[in-house]
Amino acid sequence: MISKRIVLHFPHRLVDQPIVYRLVKDFDLQFNILKAYVTPREEGLMILELTGEDENYNKGIKYLEDCGVRIQPLSQDVIRNETRCTDCGICVPICPVGALVVDSLTRKIHFYDNKCIACELCVKVCPTRAMEVHF
Amino acid sequence: MKTIREINERIKKGEAIVVTAEEIIDLVREKGVKRTAEEVDVVTTATFAPMCSSGVYFNTGHTTPRIKLGGGKVWLNDVPCYAGFAAVDLYLGATAIPDDDPKNKIYPGEFKYGGAHIIEDLVRGRDLRLEAITYGTDCYPRKKLETLINIKDLNEVVLYIMRGCYQNYNVAVNLSDRILYTYMGVLKPNLGNANYCSAGQLSPLLKDPYYKTLGIGTKVFLGGGIGYLCWQGTQHNPNVKRRENGTPSIAGGTLAVIGDLKQMSADWLQPASMLGYGVTLTVGIGIPIPVLDEEICRQTAIKDEEIFTQIVDYSESYPQMMSSSLGEVSYAQLKSGKIIIKGKETPTGNLSSYSKAREITQILKDWIKKGEFLLTEPVALIPGVGSSYTFKPLKERPVIET
Repeated sequence: MISKRIVLHFPHRLVDQPIVYRLVKDFDLQFNILKAYVTPREEGLMILELTGEDENYNKGIKYLEDCGVRIQPLSQDVIRNETRCTDCGICVPICPVGALVVDSLTRKIHFYDNKCIACELCVKVCPTRAMEVHF
Repeated sequence: MKTIREINERIKKGEAIVVTAEEIIDLVREKGVKRTAEEVDVVTTATFAPMCSSGVYFNTGHTTPRIKLGGGKVWLNDVPCYAGFAAVDLYLGATAIPDDDPKNKIYPGEFKYGGAHIIEDLVRGRDLRLEAITYGTDCYPRKKLETLINIKDLNEVVLYIMRGCYQNYNVAVNLSDRILYTYMGVLKPNLGNANYCSAGQLSPLLKDPYYKTLGIGTKVFLGGGIGYLCWQGTQHNPNVKRRENGTPSIAGGTLAVIGDLKQMSADWLQPASMLGYGVTLTVGIGIPIPVLDEEICRQTAIKDEEIFTQIVDYSESYPQMMSSSLGEVSYAQLKSGKIIIKGKETPTGNLSSYSKAREITQILKDWIKKGEFLLTEPVALIPGVGSSYTFKPLKERPVIET
């Protein structure tokens, strides 16, 4: 089984196509939509948690790529600017999935990007604006 | 019993025993107060947290022909400066924002740029756009100015904090059913989070709770450079309820601090934008405490388990000036990541960076051990317990037109 959080960029010509439906129908994949919208440039952006058997997952990803969908791991898109972060920890109780955690020994704040669901709640809460989103 | 002069002699010889505010806790636990007080010379304390009453005053140098900015209007990168001084002396506070900032008209306001960001730009050596309009005089005929300025070309650039190093501070929570945007961060409804702001057992005034060793003239680590305590801070409040170990159970004392911005570093002065509230400056301050006797030693070893603060509702109690507490918690409880309020488990967040404060205690310790930083005898102490010093609310009185 594979389960990954990915960011899908749909070019303008695909925005009105039922692409995600095919992932279920043809490849037996489960998806959980974390975020979806159409940008002012009329490109579609969707953040999915995609789960399935290894072979099906890889086939599904290949199908998306063949359609012209650009795919990136979510962890590349939500990042922490280490020079701005002061390790205060005001973000910790705001994160709904526990992706921001205080290290009990060092008292530094860990960001587990594999847990992040890109809700962006931390972005404006951070006093030094250290959390950055690059979709 | 030791004197500051004796400790300085040992620092000069490279013989001084210097430990951080954390290390002293373990030492006292292992060796007891008596032996530790004999062995240790200095304990380094620190804090790294937002201090809204920070600002810089600076002198731009005179233009040709001369201009009297004093009494005129001056902006740096669109942020208004205070110009109510002599011709080219200006003051800029950390919370100042551009005249056209939407503030909370688009709620919650983002407050992306303000006085604190200018202080950062200055420290980083970035050019800033100065604009000014004023009136002309016979000796200062010029009325308009638009120029780039840079910290290296200015005369004095001085960081002055009229209130910093709060001895203790509230834990902020929200009992209402709507989100609150406060200077203590975003507070989720129905006790969704509990935000605090203190370095606890590292914090200077919690380690010298009766202000015995520090006062006016005390040399400190300020923003990565050297600074001095120059007065008690505004809202200084020594006569509050205290625990047996001397630490206040509510806010308590404060300090005013001053230093040359030109020798500071952006690593220890960071602008902060509090969503829906405004701009502020996060400042790193480190204060050495000389271990002059056993009592001082005992107090420097006060730990998070022994320091308590009040939980305050920011939906009503705080804005309405009601002094009611939802309970008392220790910094050890706060640091565990969750506390129980009204039977509900609430996650905690700190606005003050404990790890940065810890770094400052290490840096200051290194400076002292290397003999680069000598201790100072305070010229005068700040008002303490038993003084008549108080912190009063504003008594509003009707204005009668005559």
